[in-house]
Amino acid sequence: MSENCSPAAAESVSDDPQSQRPWMQREACCATYEPCLQVRDLAIAYAGKPALRNVTFDIPRGCITAIVGPSGCGKSSFLSSLNRLSDLTDGCRVSGSVRIEGQEIVGAEIDLIALRRQVGMIFQKPNPFPLSIRENLTFPLKHHGMSDRQAREAAVENVLRRVGLWEEVKDRLDAPALGLSGGQQQRLCLARALVLSPKVLLLDEPCSALDPLASAVVEDLIASLRGDYTVVIVTHNLAQARRIADNVAMFWLVDGAGTVVEHGRAASVFEAPANPITAAYIAGARG
Amino acid sequence: MADRIATVFMWGVALLISAVFAWIVGDLLLQGLPHLSWGFLSATPTDAGRAGGILPILVSTLLILAVCMVVAIPLGLGTAVLLSEFGRRNPLFGRLVRYSLDVLAGVPSIVFGLFGNAFFSLYLGMGFSILSGGLTLACMVLPLLIRSSETALRAVPDDYRRAAAALGLPVFATLWRILLPAATPGLIAGLVLGIGRALAETAALLFTSGYVDRMPGSLLDSGRSLSIHIYDLAMNVPGGESNAYASAVVLIMLLLIINALTFRAADRWLHQRITAV
Repeated sequence: MSENCSPAAAESVSDDPQSQRPWMQREACCATYEPCLQVRDLAIAYAGKPALRNVTFDIPRGCITAIVGPSGCGKSSFLSSLNRLSDLTDGCRVSGSVRIEGQEIVGAEIDLIALRRQVGMIFQKPNPFPLSIRENLTFPLKHHGMSDRQAREAAVENVLRRVGLWEEVKDRLDAPALGLSGGQQQRLCLARALVLSPKVLLLDEPCSALDPLASAVVEDLIASLRGDYTVVIVTHNLAQARRIADNVAMFWLVDGAGTVVEHGRAASVFEAPANPITAAYIAGARG
Repeated sequence: MADRIATVFMWGVALLISAVFAWIVGDLLLQGLPHLSWGFLSATPTDAGRAGGILPILVSTLLILAVCMVVAIPLGLGTAVLLSEFGRRNPLFGRLVRYSLDVLAGVPSIVFGLFGNAFFSLYLGMGFSILSGGLTLACMVLPLLIRSSETALRAVPDDYRRAAAALGLPVFATLWRILLPAATPGLIAGLVLGIGRALAETAALLFTSGYVDRMPGSLLDSGRSLSIHIYDLAMNVPGGESNAYASAVVLIMLLLIINALTFRAADRWLHQRITAV
């Protein structure tokens, strides 16, 4: 996480037209490919039926890693195993190993609350709580031990500015969050995840339920997270992956279960795919 | 043509239902209202209820209802939460509980009365008392309350649960702050049905709270509910019809008032806790 790409860069967004596209500084932000998540031989099965197997790759720290591939090849399952949300699904069994900053998270004896505080998640459909805009952010904070009201208020403003929502909602923080537009709701959800200062962000097709304009805003926002967070984004939109990803993992259905057929730097995967399946998928999606 | 017939048929059915309701209420109001007065509400009954008022009966009714709800609401909500939020891990247990509840909901109230008499009045030694009657009613209302609350909780989108889990929020905080408020309209609808059922109950109370029409001194005194009073006046007391009508009007008004207050309280609570639905 270099100093070149951080909150400072985001703050200046409104002033300097050059920096309106912070992801242009890709190289500066995600220069060193040090693994933040190490996935080894991960397998997921639902009620004994394998959904994902032999998944092994690293997710570099501070980069945006796009998970791409056709529907039904376990991309979302993979994502939900990274914060153990898979525990909520009956009959879901995860085996193998996932280390986040060296710490194993697959297995029984981990602190789920601490894990999920470190690993935030955004869903396909915006899902703010049926509370006010402010409470959507203060509610998680309170339960993670921020008892000082002023500190909470400061955190709310800070994080709403970070997602570019502050100017739009500062006069109606006590209005219902469900009254916001789809794009605003999704940005609020992002703010709600960011307010807990996670290290990793999991995004499950965060733009696919939004209209093109809102989608563009959210996409820019995600791009601006580069450097500050390790972002893993599932997307069906290859153009989007191409625009924002530093790193790509291509999932494909092999023998009835999903697996990673190719992974690596976005540029090399998109421009010179090594695997014929990847090449065909990218070519097909392009045409 | 078929459309027109269908339309006429539906309108006919709707009008018929409304007409029956209007007839009952109209008859009650016509026959009951002339006998209704402040004196009727604030006096004790005399001459087996032919004269005097219904004050002790009103008090007994409210006490029985209070006992019933104080017991049934926490138990009902607790079971509903167990079934909807934690029962997923153990579907067999959930099915068993649900099946038992559905059977219980269909048991005739006279059977509940006999059970209440045997268990609360005799075995636990509560005798004919408001406590015994209220507890029996609670048993009767519970299946209804649990099933409606469970349905209301299940109707809350899973999105909220996933969002809360992904934020590492404790289950009970999520339940209290998000799920229950979001389910409130459904919970209240169930509660109102339960209150209606409890207020209307006669058979189960005959054996448990009894039909003494004096002012109850404590929850261990016998007390006559409005529904029993109406039954007694209409069936056993020659010349008691007019006061039976007046009591019935009071019962219906009581039901409407309690429903309105419940909805209002829920609305307020909802506005305090969550700002939108």
